[in-house]
Order: sequence, then C-alpha cells, then structure tokens
Amino acid sequence: MSQASKGEKHEAAKDRSMVLQKQMIAEHYERLERAPETGEPVVYTFVPGNLTELIRAFGALPVLPEINALQSGMRGRSRDFISEAERLGHSEDVCTYVKCDIGMLKSGNIGPTGTRLPKPDLLLLSYTGCYTFMKWFELLREEYDCPTVFLQVPYQGDGKLSAEHRDYIAQQLRGQVIPALEKVTGKKYDDTIEAELKRRLALAAKAEDDLVAVLQSAKKKPSPIDAYFGGVYYIGPIFSAFRGTEEGVAYYEALRQEVEARAAAGKGPITPDGPLDKQDYRLVVEGPPNWTHFRQFWSMFSDWNAVVVASTYTKVGGVYDFGFRHDPDDPLGTMADYCGGCYTNLNMPSRIDMLVDYIEQYSADGFLINSVKSCNSFSAGQLLMLREVEKRTGIPGAFIESDLVDPRYFSAANIKNRLESYLQMVDARRAERAGGGGGGGGSQGAEARP
Amino acid sequence: MTEQTGQTEQAQQAQQARERIVGWARERYEDLSFGHARRWCEEFQAKAIGHLPVYAPREIIDAAGMLPVGILGGGDQLEIIRGDAFYQSYICHLPRSVIELGQSGRLDFLSGVLFPSTCDVIRNLSGMWQVLHPEVYVRYVDLPQSDDRAIAQRFWEGELRVLMRDLGRVAGLAGPVSDDALRASIARYNDVRRVINELYNLRREMPWTVPTEELYLLLRAGEVVPPELFIEKTRAYLEAARATPDRVRDRVRVVVTGAFCEQPPLGLLKTIERAGCYIVDDDLLVGNRLLVGEVETEGDPVAALARAFVERARETSVIYEGDVDGKRTLLKRRAEAAGADGVVFAAPSFCDPALLDRPMLKAGAEAHGIPCIAFKYAENSAQFQQFREQAGTFADAIKLWGGQ
Ligand code: SF4
Ligand code: SF4
Repeated sequence: MSQASKGEKHEAAKDRSMVLQKQMIAEHYERLERAPETGEPVVYTFVPGNLTELIRAFGALPVLPEINALQSGMRGRSRDFISEAERLGHSEDVCTYVKCDIGMLKSGNIGPTGTRLPKPDLLLLSYTGCYTFMKWFELLREEYDCPTVFLQVPYQGDGKLSAEHRDYIAQQLRGQVIPALEKVTGKKYDDTIEAELKRRLALAAKAEDDLVAVLQSAKKKPSPIDAYFGGVYYIGPIFSAFRGTEEGVAYYEALRQEVEARAAAGKGPITPDGPLDKQDYRLVVEGPPNWTHFRQFWSMFSDWNAVVVASTYTKVGGVYDFGFRHDPDDPLGTMADYCGGCYTNLNMPSRIDMLVDYIEQYSADGFLINSVKSCNSFSAGQLLMLREVEKRTGIPGAFIESDLVDPRYFSAANIKNRLESYLQMVDARRAERAGGGGGGGGSQGAEARP
Repeated sequence: MTEQTGQTEQAQQAQQARERIVGWARERYEDLSFGHARRWCEEFQAKAIGHLPVYAPREIIDAAGMLPVGILGGGDQLEIIRGDAFYQSYICHLPRSVIELGQSGRLDFLSGVLFPSTCDVIRNLSGMWQVLHPEVYVRYVDLPQSDDRAIAQRFWEGELRVLMRDLGRVAGLAGPVSDDALRASIARYNDVRRVINELYNLRREMPWTVPTEELYLLLRAGEVVPPELFIEKTRAYLEAARATPDRVRDRVRVVVTGAFCEQPPLGLLKTIERAGCYIVDDDLLVGNRLLVGEVETEGDPVAALARAFVERARETSVIYEGDVDGKRTLLKRRAEAAGADGVVFAAPSFCDPALLDRPMLKAGAEAHGIPCIAFKYAENSAQFQQFREQAGTFADAIKLWGGQ
C-alpha cells in the first residue's frame, strides 16, 4: 500500500518505514510489469487467506486484486472503473471491489503505480471469509486463459477451527494448491522448496511479532499510532505481497523502532493534519475504511483529536494479536490455521468478543462501526454487533455508512455530523461520570445510528 | 348416467381434488406462525429443526425423528417491525424477515436451526442466531466446495456425521442418528425428489396443466410438512392435474433463474405466466431437488448422501463451478432440457450469489442465442406492473422474432 497520499509533508523525511514501503511496492509492481519478459509466474489471490510464503517459495509473484481496487479508490479512478463494469452488466448492488477490478481490467489493466499488470498464470481462489471471492475469480477466469485453483477454508461457525476443518484445508493445500503451483512454475515441491517455504514462514513470524508490537503500542496514552487510518498503512506489506520476505521483515523492524521511539517520547501519530499528540478520544473501529475520501475521513477524526486505538479491519489479512504466528515447523498446518483465523472468517460472537476485548484492553472511550455497502461479509449483522457491544461494555457506539471505493456512497456532511454528535455524546457521558452520574447503558447511541 | 356425464363428473371431482390440495398447500404457505408444523410436533411429541435456504440435508433431521422446516423468509404478508433494525438498507430482505419471525416468537417451536453456506448474509445470520437465541441448537453448515471430489467427499461425510451426532442429541436419542434410520430417511427423500421431478416433468410437458403458482405452493408446503405427507399430496395433485388440463394458451416457454434463496412473491410468478410466459423450469426452492437422481440406500448412508452431493449436485450459484464451460453452457443446457425459448433472470435485490453470477450466465445464454430478460424483486414487492410489461414485451418479442 502506498503512502504517497498520506501526510508526506510531515513524515517522508524522517520515517524510514514509509520510504521502505514505497520502494518495496514500486519494485514489486515493476517486477510484475516485467514478468512477461522475465518469465516469473504471476499468481492472483486474495488478501484473507493469502498464501504468500508458498507462492514465493515457488518463485512466483502475487497480485492482490483487492489492493489494486482500493488503490484505484484512493487515486480517484474507481468511479470510472465501477461505471464501466456496470455498463457491462454488473449489478449496482454488488461489491464495488469486484466492479472496480473488472473496470480496471477492461480499461487496460494499468495498476496503481501506473505500470501494466501482467495476466495471471494462476488464479488462486482462496475462499476465505467472503462469498464474493468465489464469484470474483469465476468472473476473472472468463477474461484469462489460465487455470484456477480453489481452496475452501471452512468458516468458524462454532467459534473455532476444528481439527477436521484444519485437516480439510491442509488436504487441499497438499492435493490441489501445491500441484497447481508445481504445474505453473515447473518446480516440484521437494525438500528445497519446502525448506524455502519454512524459511519464509519464519520470516513471516518475525514480521508478525513486530506488527503486533506496533498495534499494541496503542495501549499507551497517548497512543503513538492510529490503529485504523495509520493501521491500514502498517498492514499493507504483511497483508499483500511481502509476508515472508526480507523486505517485509526490514519494514516491520523499522516501523516498530519508529513507533517505539514515538511512544517513548510521549508522541502521537502523524495525521494528514499534523501530529496528534493531544488525544481527547480513544476509539475502536469496526469495518473497512472508505478509500475514495480517505484523508477527508481521517481528518474528521483528527480534527476532534480522536485517535483510533484498535480496529478489526487491520485483522482481515490475519489475526496476530491473540497469539497466532506462522509456524515454520508445520507448514501446511500453520497455513490452514492462518487462513481459518482471518477476521472475516470468524463468527459473529467471536467478532463481538474481539471488539469488547479491544475496548477494554485499549481503554477506549467509544467505538464506531463504519458499515460499507459493498461488503456483506463485514456488514451483515453489524447492527447487532453494535447493540451487543454496547450492552457488554456499557459504552454507546456510533454507526456510520459509506462504501469502499464507490464515491457515490460517501456523504461527507452526513458522516461528519454523525461523528461529531457521537463525540459530543462521549463528552456528555464523561461529564456525567465525573459528576458521579454513573453513565452506562448503550441506548444513547441511538442518535448516532442510521 | 351417460358416459359424457360420467366424464364430466370425474373431471369435476378431479378439479375439486386439485383445488382442495392447492388450498391445503396455500394454508401452509400463508401460515407465518407455522401452526401446522407446531401441531404436528405436539401430536407426535416430536421436535422440529429449521433450516435456511438453499440446501440442507433434511434426511438427517428426519432420521432423528424431527420435523425439517424450511425457513424461507416472510414473503409479502409479514409486517417487519423488528427486523429492519438489524439490517442496513443495502442488504436483501430475507434476513430481516427471518429475524422478524424469530423475534416475534413465530419460530420458538424450533429446537435448532441450520444455516447452510449460501452466502455471507446467511453465514453471519448463523452467529446472530447464536446471540439472539442461545437456547436453540445452531449450526453453520459449510457445504463442500472443493472440486477435488475425494477431498470434498471426505469433508462432507465428516460434516454429516457431526450433524448426526448433534441432532441425535437435540432429539434426545441415546446416541447419534443411526445409519439404519438414515437409510430409511434417504429412501423417503428419494420419493420426495421423485414426485418433485414428476411435477416438474408434467409442467414441462404441459405447462397449461400445472400453473407455476400451484406447483410452487405445493413445494412450499413441502418445506413444512413431513415427507410422507408431501409425497401423498403431490401424488394426488399429479393425478388430479392430469385429469384436468387447462386449455393451451399462446405463451412462450421460459426458464426462471436466480430465485433460489429469497423467494419472489407469489404474485410475481403469476404475473410472469399471465404476461405470456409459461415457466417450464426454475430454481425456486432448488434445495429440495439439489441432489440429482436417487441416493443409494444400500451400504454406508453417509457416504451415499455425501457422494450424491459431491458428484451430482445441481449447479447453482452457491456452489463453486470448477469447470469454466459449465457456467457458460448452464442456461443453454437448462433451456434445451426444458424446451424453453428464453430465460428470465429474477434475482432478489442485493443478492450477491444471484447478481454476481448473472453476467456470466447471461453472457453464456446469449452466446447460444437464447434471449434473456432480467429484473430484481424483494420478497415483499407489491407492484407487478413493471414486471408484467417486461415479461409481456419479452414474450411478444420471442413470438415475433424468436427473440432475435
Ligand atoms: S464482499 Fe467484502 S470481503 Fe468480499 S471482496 Fe467485497 S469487500 Fe472484500
Ligand atoms: S437473497 Fe441472496 S444475499 Fe440474501 S440471504 Fe439469500 S442468497 Fe444471501
């Protein structure tokens, strides 16, 4: 994920991690552009349940269409791409990531950094946590003459990944995904590739340690990070092409050092409007951000000195802050655990538990749900989550609606009003508490609901 | 009595029988409190297990001695009082009416609910049910999607065994549902599928004899009554229908597709037919005939049930299609098999599976020269004028130009 649009004037000069991320991404897209000449195989796959270490152990390059879609949103291209897809017969009702991707493809397949994206040699349909993924690659495969390999990751309907489900994923990895990669790359999954996979899994675990340290730094007051708006940059490398790579490890080491230095100095994160050292509100956020008005959305928070201390969106590509790490000693099993544990593969009670845990662990003053129209995986059930979390924490929540990359669904005035009235309510609640009023009850959150 | 009078009387009796059966089915369809299912449970001291669309292995519920109850939303008769507070406007209608049914106590006779892996809305609803109804058994049923049959079969057998264990417990059996009980139930459901096929065959051959409204009401009743009763009523209906064919009308023949989960209002089905389109195939309530052909009743019943799904499940939008040509040719095959002139894509608004599939299916149909129209509905749509015009124009175009 590029940081080009974010606070460059404040940070570019001093934050090594941002420079590193920018370089990594540029190099990756250049390498992708050259892939047709260099012969490096290209594997398209999804962020949740991505098998980057395995893909790279085979010497192939991953492409994540969701990242391209969100980048198109940030760069103001998504409106045209979505219109193009709708013109071609895609319904206005369905996920805009898919339409943005298809529109981009139909408009020349120029990726976020301005380079042409290569065609896939393999579509690795990791069916993890989202129904739309299945259709997305069924749709893409109509456009490309390449094989598709399907990996079904069972949903954690009972709140855990059962041994049978774990085994089912591992069987598919062994019986389908690996043979498909062998075919496309012309390499056998032998001891050498397995050793390479293990090495990469160890690199992944290292970066995961550092990422968790970064995310958990938000427990401090003031928080040295914004765990949502800043968080989406922090997860960029590990959720996309760079988990299990040396560049990824270097990035997270640098990031951790910077964040720890900020924490030691009692400083907050840098926002589009400058440093946020004075933090009046600590919030937890559920749901993806809007990408088309990302900076404007962030500013609505920073204008009020509100910092996000934990978010669930930063767990879509892997939940690491409850202890999971990739384990090089059990390559297939660990990949199964990883896939099964991605945030949108968790059931509603687990998602509610996670929010409650964040609110408590991160001493949050409030929580907010950004419900995006595109995504049934995230959004269906969020109004119940709101109520349950309110009930269990005694903290009222706010509910706002937007979309990922369809600018037609971002109503700035509406969202701003909702957020402001919500923060005012948090103030009133605090005052009440300070005055011995007790507070409690979530019912007041109603005014912030749709 | 002359021969002619005798025939007229027979026809009258058959007509009355048909009306009685359709009336019986309609009562069950319209009863949003599931009164008949409740009474059945009381009478037989049995429990009931609900399931959402599209496909659930009803055999296991039945084999546990419980009543399988299809939960298909609230249709156009249910007033949504609480359900809307659970869903944003951009989510389909079915889950809000299902929540409404649950919150209003209409589903309180269910001892459990199965949520098949139809889409993320139903998936998430499973967790919501866990939160809202902690007293009932809830299971998300992940259907096998892997296109490696051996791996998928192993997985699905495991899932079915879990259901046998859990539902045995819910039913109060001493242990899991037994293989023998499951075999017997598979045989019953083979009969169910057989009569449904007969119904579909008769409609395909003589659509003027089996109006879709009647076929549909029977299928809906089949979702809430024990299999034996459904078989009995459907057989009687078939007999009566054969004896009372309506006159042949000048209508085109269409396949309706996309309506496998949230159900269109009955008025919409009637509108399509009255506007000049005989529905000769559809995917309404497709779960009841998802398994194609007989499921073996010899040997390991779990393996048989799993094999039938993995090897012979009807193609639907909710199951991964491993064969790229499978999707491209699906509607051509369906239209040919049904002798249809065109395809009507009727999908619920905001329905991911139906709407994401539509461009692929439509392109496939059109590539084979099959004319298509598409519209969206909600289960509570009340205005049919627009559908009537669209379907009427479609029928006229096919009649005039063969849809070209
Ligand atoms: S539905 Fe949600 S999770 Fe799925 S592709 Fe769209 S945005 Fe991603
Ligand atoms: S109508 Fe479509 S989106 Fe809604 S629950 Fe059914 S399958 Fe899911």
